[in-house]
Amino acid sequence: MRALNRKLFRDLFHMRGQAIAIAAVIACGIAVFIGAQSTLWSLKSARETYYERYRFSEVFSTLKRAPNAITDRIADIPGVAKVQDRIIKGVTLDVPGLLEPAVGKLISYPDRGEPVLNDIHLLMGRLPDPLRTGEVLAEEAFVSENGFQPGDKIEGVMNGRLQTLTIVGVGMSPEYVTTIQPGGMWPDDKRFGIFWMPRRQMEAAFEMEGAFNDIALSLLPGANEKEVIRRLDRILAPYGSLGAFARDLHISDRFVSDELKQLQIMSLIPPSIFLSVAAFLLNVALRRLLTLQREQIAALKAFGYSNREIGFHYAGLIGLIIAGGSIMGCILGSYMGRSMTSMYDEFYRFPTTLFRVDIRIMLVGVGLSFLSGMIGVFAAVRSAIRIPPAEAMRPEPPPNYEPSLIERLGWHKILSQVPRMILRELTRRPAKAAMTTLGIAFACAILIVGNFGKDAVMYMIDFQYGLQERQDATVTFYEAVPSRALSSLKHVEGVGTVEPFRSVPVRLRYGQFSRQTAIQGLGEQRDLFRLLDSEALEVPLPSEGLVLSAALAKILHIHTGDTVTIEVLEGERPTRKSSVVGLVDDFAGTAAYMDLRALNHLMREPPVVSGARITIESGRDDAVFRELKETPVVAGVTLQRVAVEGFMESFAENLLRMRMFNVTFACVIAVGVVYNSARVALSERGRELATLRVIGFTRGEVSSILLGELAFLTCCAIPVGFAIGYGLCLFISTALETELYRIPLVVNPSTFSFAAIVISLAALFSGLMVRRGVDHLDMVAVLKSRE
Amino acid sequence: MPVPDDAELVYEARDLTKVYHMGEVSVHALRGVDIQLYESELIVLLGHSGSGKSTLLNILGGLDVPSSGEVFYRSQKMSDFSESELTRYRREHVGFVFQFYNLIPSLTARENVALVTEIANDPMKPEDALALVDLEERMDHFPSQMSGGEQQRVAIARAIAKQPDVLLCDEPTGALDLETGIKVLEAIDNVNKELGTTTAVITHNSVISAMAHRVIRLHDGQIGSVEENDTVITAKELNW
Ligand SMILES: Nc1ncnc2c1ncn2[C@@H]1O[C@H](COP(=O)(O)OP(=O)(O)OP(=O)(O)O)[C@@H](O)[C@H]1O
Ligand SMILES: [Mg+2]
Repeated sequence: MRALNRKLFRDLFHMRGQAIAIAAVIACGIAVFIGAQSTLWSLKSARETYYERYRFSEVFSTLKRAPNAITDRIADIPGVAKVQDRIIKGVTLDVPGLLEPAVGKLISYPDRGEPVLNDIHLLMGRLPDPLRTGEVLAEEAFVSENGFQPGDKIEGVMNGRLQTLTIVGVGMSPEYVTTIQPGGMWPDDKRFGIFWMPRRQMEAAFEMEGAFNDIALSLLPGANEKEVIRRLDRILAPYGSLGAFARDLHISDRFVSDELKQLQIMSLIPPSIFLSVAAFLLNVALRRLLTLQREQIAALKAFGYSNREIGFHYAGLIGLIIAGGSIMGCILGSYMGRSMTSMYDEFYRFPTTLFRVDIRIMLVGVGLSFLSGMIGVFAAVRSAIRIPPAEAMRPEPPPNYEPSLIERLGWHKILSQVPRMILRELTRRPAKAAMTTLGIAFACAILIVGNFGKDAVMYMIDFQYGLQERQDATVTFYEAVPSRALSSLKHVEGVGTVEPFRSVPVRLRYGQFSRQTAIQGLGEQRDLFRLLDSEALEVPLPSEGLVLSAALAKILHIHTGDTVTIEVLEGERPTRKSSVVGLVDDFAGTAAYMDLRALNHLMREPPVVSGARITIESGRDDAVFRELKETPVVAGVTLQRVAVEGFMESFAENLLRMRMFNVTFACVIAVGVVYNSARVALSERGRELATLRVIGFTRGEVSSILLGELAFLTCCAIPVGFAIGYGLCLFISTALETELYRIPLVVNPSTFSFAAIVISLAALFSGLMVRRGVDHLDMVAVLKSRE
Repeated sequence: MPVPDDAELVYEARDLTKVYHMGEVSVHALRGVDIQLYESELIVLLGHSGSGKSTLLNILGGLDVPSSGEVFYRSQKMSDFSESELTRYRREHVGFVFQFYNLIPSLTARENVALVTEIANDPMKPEDALALVDLEERMDHFPSQMSGGEQQRVAIARAIAKQPDVLLCDEPTGALDLETGIKVLEAIDNVNKELGTTTAVITHNSVISAMAHRVIRLHDGQIGSVEENDTVITAKELNW
């Protein structure tokens, strides 16, 4: 090996502590990048192949009933590739072991051949026989949540008639990567299931012979999606269409897309923090090394080593550290990616999630860390090798100490000698002190951001199901029924409060902007469902006019006082106008609210309701649900709160895992920054400290000079970290804002204190490691050698 | 021994000046120096501290550039050399010995020498160079494991191992005691005699001048005097 390379490896070995600390920071950056990016790409490609192989449609529309012949007209729309008409109906299910009724969605399956679009991936059993009544293929999530097997039977109320469904097979579909009940916010696979039933059986059960009520289209390449939707709506309007929409509003696809967006952000923010901190640490460590080796550089130049060779020598040293970090990062990243993908596998159902670390992602990650590292040290190396060799042979002039500002103000008189030395050191190089503070602050910020997700989701759930919605169950009817019908609900033994609501599917239009949603009519008494803004303040619901969710107003570009056009999507499909009388700044969905009576009036209908929120006396659930299951008008009972609790339970484990990652990452940064700063300070001031020891200072006093500085910087860094963390949370909550969710900017005090404690402990730990060095200061050697 | 008339000129400097600017003050380290160095001669540079000896040697060695004036190395004008030409010049022709040794602490004696032989055109083996300075035994020791004199001898081995055309030594014995100093000078003397390397030695110790062909005195940035020694004695015969 060449002598210069030998020097490189020995120098590296000499600074191994620092090198490992920095490599660890780089490793974390690359790991998060590779983990998140490869999960992202695995999910993306799994989704893409799934969609393609099973022919996921691109435009969707639900209607009341249209004759099959209409499909030919739809197929003629320019840009339409394939058309799949279907019958989709609801069914109330009595799942053994489940008190409350579950809701099923029955989708027709062609009697012959495969569906043209939205095919099913068969996992178990077989397809239902078109000639046998009651045979269904069930979606995998519902089956596994409830522990069903092919051959199991479920009682269900279909079109008002009790029927037994036999599960003959289990499958999954690109339409239901996640299953979310209409109006729900969380997947509730125990109480909501998808079933496929042969078309002729569906026709018979729901009196739909020769007709369909749902249509799915695929488009030709280059088709004008908006135009297709417009024409489709025009054709289907007479048949009770709720308005067609494209994939970007398809709830399952939306959920996955939002998640991918989140992953994308996660793959970028933390790695940039890690790599910036690493660049800073490399800079500090290398600057110190170059100062120590000033004369060695001069000697190398005197022997005829060129600037380039010497530059490469030091770049090589840095390169080795980065390479070490990269290798660790790639290994850690593959592991992270694998465990993240398996986590997503639980929530999203793809036939195959081939987790694969793409070599290109690794190369990009490694490339980025080399780039940032080299940027971090470039200036230092360049200025060091540029010193003329004769100059470098002369020792660097002693650092210039000045009385610090505080001293000039005269405050120092209250300080003893040690704090005074600390103060001078800090004010002598404020930029370095500031960068060190910033580095520690970022570690603190990472902890805050890491916990933010949990804080925000918990807040949202508490808000939604603690403050806003306080019902035990929501009962929905097949169609609007006269308010009188509510009295039968009130008389069910065990039902407490009953609050009716009316829900009307509409398309709201304002100028060129429109959005399909539903107007909820709410009664005067609103204890179970309160209209709250994000500050948890009750929003008044005037007796006239619409109150819109702020997100909906933003989509429509509408303001309070403006008049919106309402295209009703049921019944006679009238078009009405109403003024917007208020906005509610809520967290989820694009809702519109109106006073119940005003809505009935707007619809020119007698007092009718679509459902009711109810409370149930404790211990009476069993009886209430049993009775509701047998009430023919009841289309479904949803228990969102219970659903959310179940969802959170399975989520908690993953949260814990993520939190572990986060704490590790933050500690790596904090230890990296503190340990490095302390090591560099020890090297810079070894002589000074040894001299102090010689003249009689104790070890404790000497270490307190060195570590006091870092303790002070750590204390400064924590509040700065709070601020940065909060800022990042704000950024994330804005960046991840979607129509489905607005993430509230809530950071719990416990998150702040947790971050502060972890950072302090990490700093203390690294301080103690360096203190060993102070204790072993070789007084004789340090004083003898020339610096 | 006077310089033979037909001796080839290795260095010729004309009216060299060097000014260091340090803020408001400028230090005139050299103020008009004319000097010639001939093939195979050994000169000693004497002068008070601050008289400009190191500055002159650094300029000759291509470590520094003059503020004005011209330097020729074998009729090539060094003042025109680019940075990379200077590097090549140092690499191919010059051997340096510094007052403070400037060994690489993370490399053993042998590796310190190899550092130079690896980039030289026609080097000796590091082992042979170390043998010349009597250090075969200490080849695998690190600088921190050696005494000052031993370190300086490693530095000399390092300088001569590439078989340079010129050997420039800045106070090679400055930090050494008498006996060790003599050992170091012997090594330099040997190289000059056996390899015919043109050698310049800076020293504060005028006794050492006895081993030089010529003695040049610098005074306040100018040449004070140039003496030719009629008889040259070996390092061993030096008497402090
Ligand atoms: N890089 C520099 N910046 C400023 N002044 C310098 C620099 N190098 C040398 N000098 C000044 O130039 C003058 C000559 O310096 P030089 O090192 O050549 O002296 P010297 O004869 O070698 O002295 P010594 O015997 O002490 O080594 C001195 O006054 C010195 O202070
Ligand atoms: Mg000098």
